[in-house]
Amino acid sequence: MGRLEKHFYDIGYLDTLAAGSTAIHRLDPRAKLITTIVFAATVISFGKYEISALVPFIIYPVFLMAVGNLPPGYIFRKILLVSPFAVIVGIFNPILDPDTLLAIGPLSVSGGWVSFTSILIRFTLTVGAAMILIAVTGFNAVCMALEQLGAPRFFALQLLFLYRYLFVLMDEAVRMVRARSLRTFNGRGMGMTIYASLLGHLLVRTLDRAQRIYSAMWCRGFDGTIRTTRRLSFGRAEYLFMLLWITLFVIMRFKNLPLFLGEHIGELMR
Amino acid sequence: MSHHIVEAQDLYFTYPDGTDVLRGVTFRITHGESVAIVGANGAGKSTLLLHLNGYLTATKGVVRIGESPLLPENLKQARRAVGLVFQDPDDQLFMPTVFDDVAFGPLNMGLPAPEVQTKVRKALETVGAWHLHDRPPYRLSGGEKRTVAIATVLSMTPDILVMDEPSSNLDPRSRRVLINLLKGFAHTKIIATHDLDLVMDLCRRTLVIREGRIIADGPTGEIMRNEDLLASSSLETPLSLRSCPACGKTPDLTSSTC
Repeated sequence: MGRLEKHFYDIGYLDTLAAGSTAIHRLDPRAKLITTIVFAATVISFGKYEISALVPFIIYPVFLMAVGNLPPGYIFRKILLVSPFAVIVGIFNPILDPDTLLAIGPLSVSGGWVSFTSILIRFTLTVGAAMILIAVTGFNAVCMALEQLGAPRFFALQLLFLYRYLFVLMDEAVRMVRARSLRTFNGRGMGMTIYASLLGHLLVRTLDRAQRIYSAMWCRGFDGTIRTTRRLSFGRAEYLFMLLWITLFVIMRFKNLPLFLGEHIGELMR
Repeated sequence: MSHHIVEAQDLYFTYPDGTDVLRGVTFRITHGESVAIVGANGAGKSTLLLHLNGYLTATKGVVRIGESPLLPENLKQARRAVGLVFQDPDDQLFMPTVFDDVAFGPLNMGLPAPEVQTKVRKALETVGAWHLHDRPPYRLSGGEKRTVAIATVLSMTPDILVMDEPSSNLDPRSRRVLINLLKGFAHTKIIATHDLDLVMDLCRRTLVIREGRIIADGPTGEIMRNEDLLASSSLETPLSLRSCPACGKTPDLTSSTC
């Protein structure tokens, strides 16, 4: 199986995970979405040299993974897959910011390396939390929650359709790539021009399909609004979940827990 | 007024790029009839079907549903009365779950939620797919997708079912299940297909379309035995009418459905 195909089936696995029925899965998507957004905002709000205060935040993704019964290895691999973006963002920090900020014995660490590490930690926390949110909620439910929380309807619709037809599009792309690779030898036929034509075909097919989908929707009375019968219920469990986590985030934002614990344990030992 | 009658009068249609697809199509299909539309690839079958519920508007000519001509004012009724099942179920199933997809039409018709629930359940039970209701459509098998696509149309309680290649890409068993299912429907049925054995099983009447014109319209049995006519439309005698390769006997035509 080609690499493209493997990733394709891997994305589908998120849906399988989202079909679970743990206490976390059962929470209203809106509660999980808001909490995760507050989590990400808090993590991002720290100063650029902060490392130690960020570490305790790992408790939120770890809690969701544990209670939601998610395989940590899978989530970690997904984070690694997109990590190059974070590396590119931070890789020049050590060069641009060479002033020593930290000295551990004979080892001096420049501000650039500290901020680079900080970026990587924040990236892991936020992307991990987003991935876990989808794995315990389902992409469609996240879109619905977005709409109900007042995100523009077209935005939610776009996301919904994107996700629905991602599978069809990937399937088509996989078949085209397979057909090409079966007729290429010694790297001949793999060049950019062939690639461009492949992409062009995919675009034309996509436009055709969009037309057909629209006509199928039209035939069933589509007038610009997607209606569903599903009702979400926001109850005590949801309020409790949000209240506890957001309180914890606020505490962790204004109190550097590792430092605080370190000082107090030090005092006790004295 | 009965909506079960479909009539096309001298339909002409040209795509914006200048391709003439329909060049004078005329027929009348009455209540409860089951009619096949057959013809070569590109003969105009799919284009014709899209005229029957007003998705495409003929350049010239009139379509009547019931006794009233299709006009912009009654398009909404026509969309409900004529249920169109597309060739590729992936085009027809676009909602997050099977339930949402089957509920899409009734909700757009403005029905209240409890009624939508019963309609969805009834439609899915009719096609034997209720157990799939909370699955995402892209995870279904080809046969399951097809039955769900039919349910998405049934939930709007159409009077006329129009289907484009219903048996394409199905394995023989799924195809047989589909044929038995369609046999049980009392709707007026219009089926465009290349599967002539399916036509033999389901349709008493057949229209042959070639280059945008109806070149034959008659009882299925007669048309299927006219080899010259079939050959001129890139078709072949259905297997069920050919002589047995083992014993050489020709099938007993009196017992066929035609």
